[in-house]
Amino acid sequence: MIVTTEKLTKRYGDRAVVDEVSLSVRRGEVYGFLGPNGAGKTTTIRMLLGLVKPTSGTAEVLGEAPGTPRALLKVGSLIEGPGFYPYLSGRDNLRVHAARRGVTGTHVEAVLEQVDLVGAASEKFRRYSLGMKQRLGVAAALLGKPELLILDEPTNGLDPAGMADMRDLVRALAAQGQTVLLSSHLLGEVEEICDRVGVISRGRLVAESTVEQLRGDTVLLVRADPIEKAHVLIEGSTLHGDVLHVRETDAGALVRTLVHADVDVQEVRPLRRTLEEVFFEMTGAA
Amino acid sequence: MGSVKAELLRLWKWPATWVLIGVWLVMTLTFGYVFNYLALNGGTNRGDLSQQQLISSMQPENVGAAVVRGLPMFGGAIVLVLAALAVGSGYGWGTWKTTLTAGPRRVSAMAGTLGALGIVVVVLVALTFVVDLGAAVAVASLEGWDWNLPGWAAVEALGAALLIAAMWTGFGVFLGVVTRGPALAVGLGLMWAIVTENLLRGVGSLLGPVESLTKVLPGGSAGNLAGAVGGAGAPGVLTDLSGTTAALFLVGYVVFFVGAATVLKVRRDLV
Ligand SMILES: Nc1ncnc2c1ncn2[C@@H]1O[C@H](COP(=O)(O)OP(=O)(O)OP(=O)(O)O)[C@@H](O)[C@H]1O
Ligand SMILES: [Mg+2]
Repeated sequence: MIVTTEKLTKRYGDRAVVDEVSLSVRRGEVYGFLGPNGAGKTTTIRMLLGLVKPTSGTAEVLGEAPGTPRALLKVGSLIEGPGFYPYLSGRDNLRVHAARRGVTGTHVEAVLEQVDLVGAASEKFRRYSLGMKQRLGVAAALLGKPELLILDEPTNGLDPAGMADMRDLVRALAAQGQTVLLSSHLLGEVEEICDRVGVISRGRLVAESTVEQLRGDTVLLVRADPIEKAHVLIEGSTLHGDVLHVRETDAGALVRTLVHADVDVQEVRPLRRTLEEVFFEMTGAA
Repeated sequence: MGSVKAELLRLWKWPATWVLIGVWLVMTLTFGYVFNYLALNGGTNRGDLSQQQLISSMQPENVGAAVVRGLPMFGGAIVLVLAALAVGSGYGWGTWKTTLTAGPRRVSAMAGTLGALGIVVVVLVALTFVVDLGAAVAVASLEGWDWNLPGWAAVEALGAALLIAAMWTGFGVFLGVVTRGPALAVGLGLMWAIVTENLLRGVGSLLGPVESLTKVLPGGSAGNLAGAVGGAGAPGVLTDLSGTTAALFLVGYVVFFVGAATVLKVRRDLV
């Protein structure tokens, strides 16, 4: 396990912003930490980095207590947007960060290359576009080849192209075996790049599983004429308006049955609940 | 240590560092030499400074006193602003977050900041000395005085200057950490250094206990130390305490400000 938390809790006043969260991130996976605004994602991540002390509960990062040098040196992070000196160039900002991390200057060039910022490296951070700032944040997180990369909403504020670039970057890192904990309020994003998901809502972890498990079983949608006859023919089917929902995965057998019974089959496709539906169900935000 | 190197790198490339140092150097030159030189040559000198005192204040051998003279109030205000900005703006920029997640312990990160600020302050005092010495030699040559290089007294004065600057730097760091931002830290710090203590000194002439207190407040201690090493004749310079007493109070303030700021930095959540 790369990260484990045990009933991790943070209270502000008498409000539990993070409420007994027990999650686990495994080596080599991209873990999506999913939840609506204000759910407690950033607060949880801050506790994993030792920026915020938990009110109760425990957390372990790479076998170490959060916030200790031994944990921090093995973790690269980007929390709630990049924090850099506006008057320094991107490269100088990374040099400053490298000095703090005890990393040599040659590595700075390597991470600049990785996030495709070599061309703009000598420009002042202040003059960077939002996408460039975000990429510099990822570059800083990559300094020192961390075992765990924590990215808190890395696509925040990016345009669709920027988001796609960021996802490609995370996927490329994951392909090299990088463990990533990525928080997001965008379901599509998590669905696209994450192996496992933890869903947090109002401070509580309401689910943790693979994306597939979260979606549940596959259901087939069948459109046929006459639909009533099809409904009778297929056991366990339910009629929804002019279509059938069938909890069945062998579409071929299903079509053969209908055709042999002289039913016209117009459409058969898997009806997968989107993560969005699951998410709204669980977070009660619908 | 990586933290000092990192912090020094970013302070060195920070325009504000050099703007503030530059402003200070211009001020010390203007008030220490330019105006005095003009006063000496046809000014209407009706103040409390005799011609002889004007000459003496500009002599190269008295350059140590010239350096320390400006620090209790204006020089102090400048380094306080520098420290408060350096520490306070890290909260808004999010750089504290980056710093505290980089790896080193919080104590080390804080030590890096303090160490780098310390180096900047040493550079500032050294530059002040060089610039003042240059000005003094220039004036002495222009006027055709017999002059000597500064002796050991200058070392004592420079030591006092460093202690005074360190105290104001610590004050700025403390305010930056407490207020978690540059604006309030700078505002409160300037208010204290330039207004509050002077007002209290005004009240002190009416109320005895307040008067005793003003002598040992940060600015009061700084002024007394400057006065004890010969830095008379500038705003904020006092001669109510012995140099040793004043220096001990200043050391106490440095320890308190730096210690309190470090404890706060280490203990408090960063959100
Ligand atoms: N220092 C604090 N004092 C009081 N409340 C706080 C503090 N920090 C966070 N909160 C509250 O905790 C809740 C969770 O905040 P958090 O930033 O963890 O949410 P998030 O899931 O990251 O949301 P977002 O998607 O908007 O970034 C919010 O309602 C916020 O108002
Ligand atoms: Mg957040």
